[in-house]
Order: sequence, then C-alpha cells, then structure tokens
Amino acid sequence: MNNLIRSTARCLRSGAAVYNVPGRADGRVWSAPARFLCAAADIQKDLGEMVKKDKVVVFMKGTPAQPMCGFSNAVVQILRMHGVDDYAAYNVLEDQDLRQGVKDFSNWPTIPQVYFNGEFVGGCDILLQMHQNGDLVDELKKLGISSALLDAEKESK
Amino acid sequence: MAVTADHIRDKLTKELEAVHVDVEDTSPNRCAASFKVLVVSSQFEGKPLLQRHRMVNTCLAEELKEIHAFEQKTLTPEQWEKQKSQ
Repeated sequence: MNNLIRSTARCLRSGAAVYNVPGRADGRVWSAPARFLCAAADIQKDLGEMVKKDKVVVFMKGTPAQPMCGFSNAVVQILRMHGVDDYAAYNVLEDQDLRQGVKDFSNWPTIPQVYFNGEFVGGCDILLQMHQNGDLVDELKKLGISSALLDAEKESK
Repeated sequence: MAVTADHIRDKLTKELEAVHVDVEDTSPNRCAASFKVLVVSSQFEGKPLLQRHRMVNTCLAEELKEIHAFEQKTLTPEQWEKQKSQ
C-alpha cells in the first residue's frame, strides 16, 4: 500500500511536469517514463471504474467466444446456463498490467475473477459452488437479472 | 523449490488446523504446477465461501506464486460428514 501511495505521489509530480511543457496540445498526455511510474496506480483506479461500469464483469483468459483456459471457460458456461450474456469480459492475456493489476485489486491470486455490481464474487470454484447450491440465482436476482434456470424450472412445473 | 502435494497438505493441516486435507496434483505432466485441494477445518465455520477461500489463499500465498492452476473446496467438519454420507 505504501508503495502505491509513493508511486502515486511520483506520478502526480511527474504529471505536473508534463502538464507544464509549453506548446503541448494535450497537457494530459503523460510522457512515457511518467506513464511507466504510474502504471500500477493507474490500473488500480481504472479497475475501480471497470468493475462498476457493468453489473456483471469477468476478467478471464481469452474471450467468451474463445476462452483460452478451462477455468475461464467454466465461468462463461455457468453464466450462459443462467442466461447471462450481457456482461463485460476483459481478456487479461492481452494486457499484462491488467493481469497482475486485477490480482492486486481483489487480493485474489488467480484468473478468472467475477464481479457483481462492483463487488468481487470469486473465481471459478466459488461461482461453480454458487451455481450448485442455488446462491447464484439469488445473487443474480439482486442484480435484477432473472436466471434462465429459474424460468426453465417454472415452465417444467 | 518445487511445490509438492505433501508440502501443501502439511501447511494447510498446520496453519488452518485442518482435520482432513486432500491434495490432488492435477498438472498434466506432474510438474507440480497445478493442484486441486479439499480442506476440512472447523475454522471455516460461520464464514462465507469467499472468506474461506481467502484463508486458504493466504496460507498458501508463497506457494501460489509457483502454482499455475489451483482449485479448492472448503468444508466444515459437519459439511464434510454430510458429504461423505451422501
């Protein structure tokens, strides 16, 4: 945490220096070294916004259409079973800063990671167990999402 | 140092006072980089799943840096008994 604060402070200082460069069209463009120094702090701020932007957010390896890992695939399949297809999926294989950043953000060592309403839910094991014990249906309901499994159950009655 | 199933079992047994630990090496070539664990501990009682998993992650924080894939199941002794009888 202290490191984060220190690097943020460094960012602010170098950011100010960049901002004062005369003739620069956009003062908010960071110079490369400043961007490097702030990468860790920036990504944490970005992640805070990313997880809140959509009701359901998944950080995974690959994409829902083409998962690159069995655990990420399992999360995609579970969500699909519940009829959840409108979610934000971020491919961590495309961005190494994001891959490490999201682990730091949630203090969770593995990918995939699932967020509901900005809150960390868990990884593949937790989502699978929530699916098995029925909690997932309830949690989706809290988000205003009616699980497709619930509809299927009603129809069969 | 390669992480072994025995090492994981010992650590979970000691630090989480687990009464039962199953460790399965799930790495395709047995390179000890992929594990599946079942941990039974009374320390999990009254704690939600996320918190239980976090306890295991914390216990194995050092090892997880070396481990590529990690699956876990966390049960209380009571849940474990129930599951065994099923």
